[in-house]
Amino acid sequence: MSNPSGTATTKSQIELEQQFKQSLTTGVGRKIPHESAARHVSGEALYVDDQLEYPNQLHLYARLSEQAHATITHIDTTPCYKIPGVRCVITAQDIPGQLDIGAVFPGDPLLADGTVEYFGQPILAVAASSLDIAREAALAAIIEYKPITAVLDTKEALKNKSFVQESHQHKRGHAKKALNNSAHRLQGVLHIGGQEHFYLETQVSSVMPSEDGGMLVFCSTQNPTEIQKLVASVLNIPMNKVVIDMRRMGGGFGGKETQAAGPACMAAVVANITGQPVKMRLPRVDDMLSTGKRHPFYIEYDVGFDDSGRLHGIEMQLAGNCGYSPDLSGSIIDRAMFHSDNAYYLGNALITGHRCKTNMASNTAFRGFGGPQGMLAIENVMDHIARHLGKDPLDIRKRNFYGKTERNITHYHQTVEDNLLDELTQDLEQSSSYGERRKAIMLFNKSSHILKKGIALTPVKFGISFTATFLNQAGALIHIYTDGSIHLNHGGTEMGQGLNTKVAQIVAEELQVDLERIQITATNTGKVPNTSPTAASSGADLNGKAAQAAARELKQRLIDFAATHFGVNPASIRFNNNLIQAGEQFISFNDLVQLAYFAQVSLSSTGFYKTPKIFYDRDKASGHPFYYFSYGAACSEVVIDTLTGEYKVLRTDILHDVGASLNPAIDIGQVEGGFIQGMGWLTTEELIWNEQGKLTTNNPAGYKIPAIADTPLDFRVKLIENRKNPEDTVFHSKAVGEPPFMLGISVWSAIKDAVSSLSDYRIHPQIDAPATPEKVLMGVQRLLKQVAEEHLS
Amino acid sequence: MIRFLLNNTLQSISDIDPNTTILNYLRTTKSLTGTKEGCASGDCGACTVVLAEVKNDQLTYLAINSCLTLLPALNGKQLITVEALKSGSQLHPVQQSLVDNHGSQCGFCTPGIVMSLFSYSKNAQQEFSKAKALEALSGNLCRCTGYQPIINAAQEINYPKNDWFDQQQQETIDTLKNIQPPQNSPANDALLSKHQHSTTKKAFAPVNLTQLDSLLKQYPSAHLLAGGTDLVLDITQKHQSFDELIYVGGIDELQQVSTHETHIELGAAVSLTQCHTILANEYPDFGHLLERFASLQVRNQGTLGGNIANASPIGDTPPALIAAGASLQLRHAGSVRSMPLEVFFIDYRKTHLAAGEYIEKIIIPRKPKHSLYKVYKLSKRLDDDISAVCGAFHIELSNNKVIRATIAYGGMAAICKRATQCEQELIGHSWDKSSIERAMAALGSDYTPLTDFRASAQYRIHAARNLLLKFWMESQPNSLPTRVTDYV
Repeated sequence: MSNPSGTATTKSQIELEQQFKQSLTTGVGRKIPHESAARHVSGEALYVDDQLEYPNQLHLYARLSEQAHATITHIDTTPCYKIPGVRCVITAQDIPGQLDIGAVFPGDPLLADGTVEYFGQPILAVAASSLDIAREAALAAIIEYKPITAVLDTKEALKNKSFVQESHQHKRGHAKKALNNSAHRLQGVLHIGGQEHFYLETQVSSVMPSEDGGMLVFCSTQNPTEIQKLVASVLNIPMNKVVIDMRRMGGGFGGKETQAAGPACMAAVVANITGQPVKMRLPRVDDMLSTGKRHPFYIEYDVGFDDSGRLHGIEMQLAGNCGYSPDLSGSIIDRAMFHSDNAYYLGNALITGHRCKTNMASNTAFRGFGGPQGMLAIENVMDHIARHLGKDPLDIRKRNFYGKTERNITHYHQTVEDNLLDELTQDLEQSSSYGERRKAIMLFNKSSHILKKGIALTPVKFGISFTATFLNQAGALIHIYTDGSIHLNHGGTEMGQGLNTKVAQIVAEELQVDLERIQITATNTGKVPNTSPTAASSGADLNGKAAQAAARELKQRLIDFAATHFGVNPASIRFNNNLIQAGEQFISFNDLVQLAYFAQVSLSSTGFYKTPKIFYDRDKASGHPFYYFSYGAACSEVVIDTLTGEYKVLRTDILHDVGASLNPAIDIGQVEGGFIQGMGWLTTEELIWNEQGKLTTNNPAGYKIPAIADTPLDFRVKLIENRKNPEDTVFHSKAVGEPPFMLGISVWSAIKDAVSSLSDYRIHPQIDAPATPEKVLMGVQRLLKQVAEEHLS
Repeated sequence: MIRFLLNNTLQSISDIDPNTTILNYLRTTKSLTGTKEGCASGDCGACTVVLAEVKNDQLTYLAINSCLTLLPALNGKQLITVEALKSGSQLHPVQQSLVDNHGSQCGFCTPGIVMSLFSYSKNAQQEFSKAKALEALSGNLCRCTGYQPIINAAQEINYPKNDWFDQQQQETIDTLKNIQPPQNSPANDALLSKHQHSTTKKAFAPVNLTQLDSLLKQYPSAHLLAGGTDLVLDITQKHQSFDELIYVGGIDELQQVSTHETHIELGAAVSLTQCHTILANEYPDFGHLLERFASLQVRNQGTLGGNIANASPIGDTPPALIAAGASLQLRHAGSVRSMPLEVFFIDYRKTHLAAGEYIEKIIIPRKPKHSLYKVYKLSKRLDDDISAVCGAFHIELSNNKVIRATIAYGGMAAICKRATQCEQELIGHSWDKSSIERAMAALGSDYTPLTDFRASAQYRIHAARNLLLKFWMESQPNSLPTRVTDYV
């Protein structure tokens, strides 16, 4: 990069002044393509498994448990060694340091130690010269088990109080009293399915031992610092011997927040033993069998309301299936509880969250982090109330929205500020012609016998911040080199969400330089330490602010230098479009940087940020756990086949709030992708385990994420415009990663609306999630039976 | 020796395990890592590459899953990978359109999407067709974007009038013609072999039936490899390795298609994509079924004969073929016999094929002018999914009485089979709701379906009955749509 801005140093002052008057084209708010887009399409973007291998490269394959719960009575690895090409086999006994790799709480042995607790748990791993040889050898090991009774059902775990952690409650007023005094009262249950992340790139780590007994780990992870900590702990070496390098993931969605650690740590152990580079990439089926998913939930509710449909009291039990260990389940069930209100003032509320222990893979973070399950529960209640009262579900929803000045305190006692719900819903109702279409649909349903249509408009209010308060911090590192090119690093990780692009735009905006001048580099624990996971939609909020702080520090140094150099007041110095104005003088960024260097000004800076305002008192179940809320709403129309249960989404309209968008193209991408992923969770993505506790939908032939034909036939997505985040977030933007996921609930509600039409909208169909064609058909059958019984009586 | 063009470079390979997939060959042997492994089972499309072939002095471009394709299938063709699309530093128009439309997020599925769009752009009529674009991308899963920007990218391709492939076209055609396997070479020349673990793995590519017959005589336990879309799963998912493979994709006789006054003949190795072209006119619902059969990549590779011979109870074409009255011509050591398809299946994955015998062609009667023929496929996901239930119905009426009924279901038993008791409730009876209701009930005697992860037994039987009802309802005057797939 000889002269990245294209600013010839020979330009005259007049030319420079002209340039200065024009604005930067690649700063904040612009629709810049993803920084890797051109390399994605050309195949040049390198993922961990694409890196050139070493001549002595080892490949690692883990043998997984074939029992859901058992004592391991015998392991014989001698048959593994009979296969040519095998280098070594490791079991729990070969871990030099700590065996447990639990993220926050213990409970996750790297390799099973005496007992297996789920079908798919790694027991041993074989390193060999190729993946095929490693696999063949791992399958040759002899493992004998003595089975123990397994718990495979959330409801059963709840009944037996089989928990990984204590239950927790949010309480306001007297729910029971309110229920007893309400004009109407309904009870119900809902089963909510889990979800496989199905990141296209499976878990993968590649480890290179270094000369000082340390490890260089290339890992597809959302959480480099935790991988660093765990690799150090399993090897019993200090963290400063371990470097994690993470350029990009082929998708994460929460699945690589904690669960990338297993392959990284196993590979590090083998690298430590052999002194050779080791790679572990999970074949798709093994990834699906051995790693955790979105938590399935079992919900019980008891709700009281008045004639208008307004809630007076509610009791809700949210039982999350955590799998065999805590992992992040505590915070996930908390977030389900925090979102069991979604957009609604619950009145007197008692919300209980249970962390059920089952013999399944340890369920983990997944976009929304429990929030979607809590929100689905309350949206189901809204539909139920509507049918009971014979009203449009949208009217019930609007009737229960949080108020702006009253009825605006959540059941965990945080005040809902900057509430956009009314305006947003009104806008979307109008732009989607909700009322007219509902009428047209009712008309269609009267004449169409096989096919029925349904429509639903559902809101989203999602709290932004890690609920574990200490995680709300971030760091960044910027170097400016003497040629004016910029090297940018921050603690966040790129998984496709466009974080690197946004952070680079922020730095470009702050320093008023073109984006192409900024080199984004792999996230590296040697550059920015002690990072938080890129999760909770916080990536740009936290790392953007940290990078902004670093850029501002450098800018201040350049201002101070320029003021002295040109003998002007620092307040008069302006940065714009790759130029600096100092009094009457214009100078290019490059030239200023060179001058600053010769004047011995430090051109490297770190930046740091922590989120203000947030706290939560767990003992009182009260606080301000979220910095702010993001809002959105979706209106979906579906057609269902009452003979087969098949369905199709005909149209979806979305209006979503991202504050002042850092990059509208990337934000729209997050909204569209989140919606489709949420729709998949609630429609075709079904996880099924057999009686032995084996996941049988363990590959994409059986587990069906949305394909291209599942995109709504008519898909209209808009961001709310001219509405800055009133909080002091980076350029007043809002987080966008998770909130749009829950827009998919509109599809589920629309399907139920279509089924309900068979009862003239009087009966709320019991259709659990995901609403597969089978569940829809069975829902139709049950509903028709109810209608027939009513006629008889 | 296998000879093919890898992008623009001629490759001759003879010393590699014939069980190697193209995906592994590209990533491991050639260090071409643009092509990604997402599942290694043909379900995600991240590994999509394009095969170019000379047909009638023109190049045809087909997108295929490289994880489901073995090296012998490359013989005489050009393999195009994502690395070859750029010309210098200039992105190909399909790549540029994806960038301009923000069509990639994590980027891992993107090379596969690029290759599907590349083949779409090569076959497109310069005019955007949403249906064609969705078909081209039906086998490419993306977990990030929700697909809308990819659809937009397909719509906004600045169609290459003369891209690098067009400029090279004549040269490519000449090279490919030069490396076509000669028709008269001795068949027992192993195409590929590798000495490993003291066994020899061999692959052969006969070019005519005589050669195939003599190879089968010599290697009676050899596995026939056609499209490989099912067989290769044994390698990538069940970790088997075949000692002898005979690739039949180079045999012209098995690719023959002919339409006669009374019937249509399809060679066993005719691809499902080609079947669609031929059958969609005759039996429109068969055409619709094929549009939802797996993905375009699989249909480009998979063959009709393969879909029958693997005898899966959930194969999609057998119910449709049985309802159409199809029969098979089987060949063994040069002699042939024919057999109605409906008796071909014995039990789960078992057929009447003797050792060394294979399906040579499929014979499908022309559709009687006034018969009613419908096929319904039920699956969790509409596209690129395996049937939970597939029902095919074919009846003829005279004075509103049923005079002939052929009804077959997949997914309802260990084999795809006819619903004989159900048929009996219809034949000779009025084509009315009460007959239908009796016939629906009779399906309970015809089938005792299983519960698995695709569907419960209860759903299967219930939906199977409703499909019959739907068939009847669709035969009644009705102006409204009757299928969710009618909405496009």
